[in-house]
Amino acid sequence: MSHIESSKNAALTRRKFLGSAMATTAGLTIAPGVLLFRAAQAKPAAQAVTSKVRWGLLIDNTKCSTGCDDCVTACKTVHKLEGHNRPETDVQWIRKLTVTDKQTGHVMSLPMMCQHCGNPPCVDVCPTGASFKRADGIVLVDRHICIGCRYCMMACPYKARSFEHEVVHDQSVSAPRGKGTVESCTLCVYRVDHGKIPACVEACNEAKHGAMLFGDLNDPESEISKRLTKYGGKEIRADLGLNTGVRYQGI
Amino acid sequence: MKKANFVEIEGRSAGYLALLGFLGIFILAALGSSFYMEHNGHHVTGMTNQIVWGMPHVFAVFLIVAASGALNIASISSVFNKTAYKPLARLSGLLAISLLLGGLMVLVLDLGRPDRLIIAMTRYNFRSIFAWNMILYNGFFLIVGIYLWTMMQRSLNKYTHYAGFAAFIWRLTLTTGTGSIFGFLVARQAYDSAIMAPMFVIMSFSFGLAIFLLVLLAAYNWTHRPLGDVIFNTLKNLLGVFVAAVLYFVIVQHLTNIYMAKDSGVEAFILLNGGIYTKLFWIGQILLGSLVPLALLYHPTWGKSRTLVGVAAMLVIIGGMAQMYVIIIGGQAYPLSLFPGMEVQSSFFDGVVNHYAPSLSEIMLGLGGMATAMITVVLAIKILRFLPESLADEVVDPQHS
Repeated sequence: MSHIESSKNAALTRRKFLGSAMATTAGLTIAPGVLLFRAAQAKPAAQAVTSKVRWGLLIDNTKCSTGCDDCVTACKTVHKLEGHNRPETDVQWIRKLTVTDKQTGHVMSLPMMCQHCGNPPCVDVCPTGASFKRADGIVLVDRHICIGCRYCMMACPYKARSFEHEVVHDQSVSAPRGKGTVESCTLCVYRVDHGKIPACVEACNEAKHGAMLFGDLNDPESEISKRLTKYGGKEIRADLGLNTGVRYQGI
Repeated sequence: MKKANFVEIEGRSAGYLALLGFLGIFILAALGSSFYMEHNGHHVTGMTNQIVWGMPHVFAVFLIVAASGALNIASISSVFNKTAYKPLARLSGLLAISLLLGGLMVLVLDLGRPDRLIIAMTRYNFRSIFAWNMILYNGFFLIVGIYLWTMMQRSLNKYTHYAGFAAFIWRLTLTTGTGSIFGFLVARQAYDSAIMAPMFVIMSFSFGLAIFLLVLLAAYNWTHRPLGDVIFNTLKNLLGVFVAAVLYFVIVQHLTNIYMAKDSGVEAFILLNGGIYTKLFWIGQILLGSLVPLALLYHPTWGKSRTLVGVAAMLVIIGGMAQMYVIIIGGQAYPLSLFPGMEVQSSFFDGVVNHYAPSLSEIMLGLGGMATAMITVVLAIKILRFLPESLADEVVDPQHS
């Protein structure tokens, strides 16, 4: 009897072991995907972009140091934005600004790029609709229907757009560009759609500055929303009422 | 009053062919310039990421504005029933279409991708005033074309009044649209004002009439057709009124901006310390383009000289170009205000006055647009009956004995 019982117990233990082993294996296999999904809310390729999400950036100016341009370098590297040593016509998708208060002498350093406005003037003025805003708030230029009139560059209050003045060689597959059309920060849309964060934010994090935070402004549980709720965040030229997707702390 | 008799010009003289050749050289140079710019990319021009609209836009906007103004003479005859202007209505319509053609040619050939013109003609973003302008420009060709047809085919004459009225409303809308291209730009302090639209309308009256007067003088002098004092003096006085009206709008525009503390910087830039822009404003636009022409047009003896009135019209055109340069280039040269009241620096020329030097190719493209407008007129008056055989006083003036 005892022998039978002990063998039953042994069988149970083996079954238990097998069960938990399988569960662990399954967990280990599925978890990264689930966790990744939860962390960055990657969009399946077949799913349309939705306005439930509004991507945005929060820049903490107290952590952004003068002289550091890691974000700019990262952007230039991943998008292959090589200059021709002609600063007046070379493109810039993101740049560092040094802002000095004339009365107090206080100096700030901050990155400036397309502010991914909720009411983008560049989209309003574009005659062909090449300049457009995705449902998730990312403002882009459709390089196939841009005629190169540059009206969007006249309309942008942030000087965020560049005209491609020269033939482009050796382009990045993820960021197609072309002579005679207008371009600007895409918020690394091809990375965001694959659940990754923009290159500038990644570079800022890797360098342990942590001055840039990317996330969903519509999700009250996202880190960016929590930080904005707690500490607030300002828009540059808020007086224009553009409802920018890029917000700044400490300006 | 005799009925105006419209006759084609002969157009076989050496002078006529030389004129065609002269204009043709400019058009070829413009096409060459455009090819050069498009082939190499716009870095070979003076335009940059700071000054995104340059000399081609100065020419193009000037020509487009002048186009709608050139239609004024026809409108006065058909809409307001002033019979004295009636013999001039056909030339007025022709000049309007020609100037618009020249202006659009410059605008299109400067695009980053002129090969995509078909996209601009088939895809419209109706929130864009630029898209509306494309519809207005195309409509202008159509409506003025129909208007000319009703004038030139006797059986359709009864519709001229209606076509003229439609064209009149259309041209006002068109110039309102052109002014609004700048008026709607919230980002730039030099524009961003509702006054741009009516100011552009009144500028069109002035520039269009100045060009009309010069074309009229040249056409009648070179073909030895009589041009009486009655019509000449009427046009001369009208030009004076328009020049004064533009001056009034310019004064109101700047006074309003000076009054607002936030715009005092950009006003000081244009009016006091903007270098080339300040010089072009005071010497080009105000002195040569407004005050001297007013003196010439209204002076009791100078105003009787056709040469001096011609000089006045030429000065109005030069002043108009200066005004366009100050508005378009000067407005971009002044830095954007990202942080009002603070000093901004970057590797992208933030916070500094932007530099611009027009390249030869841009200037040639612009002049080619003007030449295209003129060659269209020169060819059209040879092919069709646009010009009255005589504009002597007894043809024009109903009261003339």
